[in-house]
Amino acid sequence: MVVETLSDDDVDRLFQALADRTRRDIVRRTMVGDSSVSALARSYDMSFAAVQKHVAVLERADLVVKQRRGREQLVRCNVDTVRRAQRLLDQLESVWLDRLDRFEQLLDDRNQRPTVTKGKTS
Amino acid sequence: MTVTDVRKDTAALTMEIVSEFTAPIERVWQLLADPRQLERWWGPPTHPATFTDFDLTSGGAVAYFMTAPDGEQYHGWWRVREVDPPNALEVQDGFANDDGEPNPDLPVNIMRIDLEAMGAVTQMTIRSTFPTLDAMEQTLAMGAEEGMRQALGQIDDLLLLPST
Repeated sequence: MVVETLSDDDVDRLFQALADRTRRDIVRRTMVGDSSVSALARSYDMSFAAVQKHVAVLERADLVVKQRRGREQLVRCNVDTVRRAQRLLDQLESVWLDRLDRFEQLLDDRNQRPTVTKGKTS
Repeated sequence: MTVTDVRKDTAALTMEIVSEFTAPIERVWQLLADPRQLERWWGPPTHPATFTDFDLTSGGAVAYFMTAPDGEQYHGWWRVREVDPPNALEVQDGFANDDGEPNPDLPVNIMRIDLEAMGAVTQMTIRSTFPTLDAMEQTLAMGAEEGMRQALGQIDDLLLLPST
């Protein structure tokens, strides 16, 4: 069993970071492409400083990285962290879809007709 | 069976699957509440589940193990958080030691199943929630190993078919 480890503090930071609607939106936008802090600030009804604070929270949670280009601060999504959550949820989905297939098989077997499945009588 | 919706929330670490079955709600409930029927779908065919304790009352304990093709047993447990036949079941689901005692070092997730009668169809909503990304990763790593062995088992079956 190989497990990547995040400390409890890391996980707390991740969840706090994603608990805010604006911050989730920033993550979504920066997943599509890099965005400067000033461009982000124009998208929200809040001050540049407020947006900068949100970006700092996301940065501490490892969800975005900041990069200076000329005078601009570019914000880029750290796709690895978001992908990890997505990948795990995809696996969970397939575990349950397999279970639901067996569930249905069992309902059908008992409801309609006694059928013989591969190798054994049900 | 039709899967009508799958929702995955990467922030809340929750997955929800909504499906519909052409069967009365009581019949669908039996598949959850009767351990002999539950064990026919809970584990993959290569890892059949055996439920040894089954107290499906609020606060009740459920114990089970899954048997791998090599005979090795993996133990799990449920603690019933809510039960409302034939409509709702919510349990904590975790791993246990070989003696069946819950292992506090291994992750726990919450599984909730809601059933709703809609005419001739029963709608089932399954919601699975993990406390942390690590817990989800660890749980699935243990399950993925089973999935991999299952896939390998199917390859074995194919190899055993006559090659004509």
